[in-house]
Amino acid sequence: MQKIGVFVCWCGSNIAQTVDVQAVSDALAKEPGVVYSTNYQYMCSEAGQNLIKDAVKEYGLTGVVICSCSPRMHEATFRKAVASVGLNPYMLEVANIREQCSWIHKDKEVGTEKAIILGRAAIAKVQLNAPLQAGESPVVKRALVIGGGIAGIQTALDIAEAGFEVDIVEKNPTIGGKMTQIDKTFPTLDCAACILTPKMVDCAQNEKIHIYSYSELKEVKGFVGNFSVKINKKARYVDENKCTGCGECTTKCPMKNVPNEFNLGMDNRRAIYIPFAQAVPKVATIDPNYCNMLKNGKCGLCAKVCGAGAIDYKQQDQVIEEKYGAIVVATGYNPIKLDKFDEFGYSLSKDVITSLEFERLTNAAGPTSGTLLRPSDGKHPHTIVFVQCVGSRDTSGCGKPYCSKICCMYTAKHAMLTREKYPDTDVYVFYIDVRSPGKNYDEFYRRAVEQYGVHYIKGMVGKVAPRADGKIMVQASDLLANEQLHIEADLVVLAAAIEPDKSARPLATMLTASMDTNDFFTEAHAKLRPVESPTAGIFLSGACQGPKDIPDTVSQASAAAAKVIGLLVKDKLTTNPCVAQSNELMCNGCSSCEKVCPYGAITYIDKEFRMPDRTTRIRRVASVNPAVCQGCGACTVACPSGAMDLKGFSNSQIMAEVDAICQMK
Amino acid sequence: MPNEVKAFKPKIVAFCCNWCSYAGADLAGTNRLAYPADVKIIRVPCSCRVNPMFILRAFQRGADGVILCGCHPGDCHYTTGNYYARRRMTLLFSMLDFLGIEKERTRVEWVSAAEGAKFAATMNDFVATVTALGENKRLEDLRCKE
Repeated sequence: MQKIGVFVCWCGSNIAQTVDVQAVSDALAKEPGVVYSTNYQYMCSEAGQNLIKDAVKEYGLTGVVICSCSPRMHEATFRKAVASVGLNPYMLEVANIREQCSWIHKDKEVGTEKAIILGRAAIAKVQLNAPLQAGESPVVKRALVIGGGIAGIQTALDIAEAGFEVDIVEKNPTIGGKMTQIDKTFPTLDCAACILTPKMVDCAQNEKIHIYSYSELKEVKGFVGNFSVKINKKARYVDENKCTGCGECTTKCPMKNVPNEFNLGMDNRRAIYIPFAQAVPKVATIDPNYCNMLKNGKCGLCAKVCGAGAIDYKQQDQVIEEKYGAIVVATGYNPIKLDKFDEFGYSLSKDVITSLEFERLTNAAGPTSGTLLRPSDGKHPHTIVFVQCVGSRDTSGCGKPYCSKICCMYTAKHAMLTREKYPDTDVYVFYIDVRSPGKNYDEFYRRAVEQYGVHYIKGMVGKVAPRADGKIMVQASDLLANEQLHIEADLVVLAAAIEPDKSARPLATMLTASMDTNDFFTEAHAKLRPVESPTAGIFLSGACQGPKDIPDTVSQASAAAAKVIGLLVKDKLTTNPCVAQSNELMCNGCSSCEKVCPYGAITYIDKEFRMPDRTTRIRRVASVNPAVCQGCGACTVACPSGAMDLKGFSNSQIMAEVDAICQMK
Repeated sequence: MPNEVKAFKPKIVAFCCNWCSYAGADLAGTNRLAYPADVKIIRVPCSCRVNPMFILRAFQRGADGVILCGCHPGDCHYTTGNYYARRRMTLLFSMLDFLGIEKERTRVEWVSAAEGAKFAATMNDFVATVTALGENKRLEDLRCKE
């Protein structure tokens, strides 16, 4: 039998006004196991806490019940107080007689009666409490960043700055991500490469950062502080340590007609290639789908011209195993495919392009060396129509229901840059709404309209139809003038919605991180924990969590890094002791619990049992990893044999509360 | 009036998940939104912690109504707990009639930490429903006698 002390708080008049605290402490004193019961004006005050501490010592209390405000408010305070005098903090329960009693009832008799019942339930529960020890698990002082775009780069640099090792895993041959393809950035119009490539070089030169380019995650096991990860480093058929990045091979390779993904297929590269001049690592990669040597064993030209002897046609995929304390997801986004949007004629004409393609057409390193030319005939376009919200804010099912956030601003940028370089060009922008919140954003958009004379028209484009003479007919409605417009355009630019990278969903499964219906990673709390995944030790950076522009991405990347650093500076993590526990004698190894566990905390072990006839038998039983278990209790209900229970909220404890509340009067 | 029968006061157990509904109940208190004192809340980490046995136990011990509150679908702190709760309760509720308990005596509601008003309204409504049903007499014979 526990020796229980009951402490009823007045909370000034907050409780005492509608609950007769003296009557409550008197009534609860008669409960079984209660050896001490009192009431005090402010239990949470220093004097109140001392009252509790003294009583624990004087009466040798083994259990404490505080009747006060919500446990969400002061449970931690009281637990700390009793722990300071040697009582296990989990031997304390709080009965909520303020938020759930005194504050909602006006009748003192009713309030007092309810407070007694709530106190009784807490006493019944504490009778069955067992001392719990918060576990400890060590922290591996190394972080993994998945994705080497601007989000991943910023996160890695910040973590490395704090002195921790960071590995970046990037699936492409170079880091840099989408930002490498962008020409200029809003709202300052500075060149993307000029601000990004120094950061890429910083990553390569930082001795704390290791870049696994052309690599993908294969397997993730473990938990916060101690993840075991397998990384598949794909064969690039070039020895990274030997290759100097001189580019000789990329000019000699006879396979000239490989669509260049860096320029979105608008020009060609060779089968051996370096994605772009400032690639990091600046190492050539052989595309096995096009290389004659790899496909047919005939050619070998690149090996002949390589002065460094870096070409290795026999290179194999390599699996690297590494341990990490924290993982940051920075998988980014892609523009959606436009094949479902026939009305915009994307597949019908080369001169209907996406905004990212437009970005390449205006970039000095792009297929046209920065001169804006029509992809079909190489002529200057004189009328350009930009269409906003292609697939964004689309509830029809073809597109995405959300706002892609960045399109309004980059279209204003495109329109502005076009008018600046080619003042004889007519530029139309069709929009549903112009969304330009953000520092200097609205000013930027207004500059496009007022200074650069871009025609902004509120309305939807109904049809884009290429004509035989090369012109593109754009049929649209002007909602403000209430008229139909027919524009003969030379170039149509579609602001395609953005969506999470395709690799995100399998990755989320691997990490047991949660996603929303649009495949964006979910944050632990929309407002208060925006850079953490609900799964401990997994952090989110950049557009994998939602559409974001570069400033937002960089802010979030640094925030994620700060959270990672906060985790990695700890030598050990204390774990929540209220976790599931399997009674191995009752468990029959049926796997019901494992299937409902959202964290993968349950594994099965073969355990030897002694049988009554003195033989031994090996049985498969469930085993909960307390460092991974978050204590939701899903498994406890799934267990058909009642072997699984949750510490701190055990079946018997909850039943005892039920009984106390339902007790006949 | 001396001869009047004492008004029926139902016994109602509310299981509230720690992250959403319990916080919602706290918010109802902070905003001083009244609901009947017949409702007594038991805090559980997640709605998926509530074993259907707990609900049957409450009825067995004389509860007139049992309500389970959890986070809204998609908002579960533990990602999927409320989905399990929803399925389990759907199954349990489908069998209540057979057990001799009116279906209306049980309910599952999603109350977020921001919905203090919804919590109070839900409880008011549930208490009214259960009060209208009267005492849970049909189970009397099965009850554990103290």
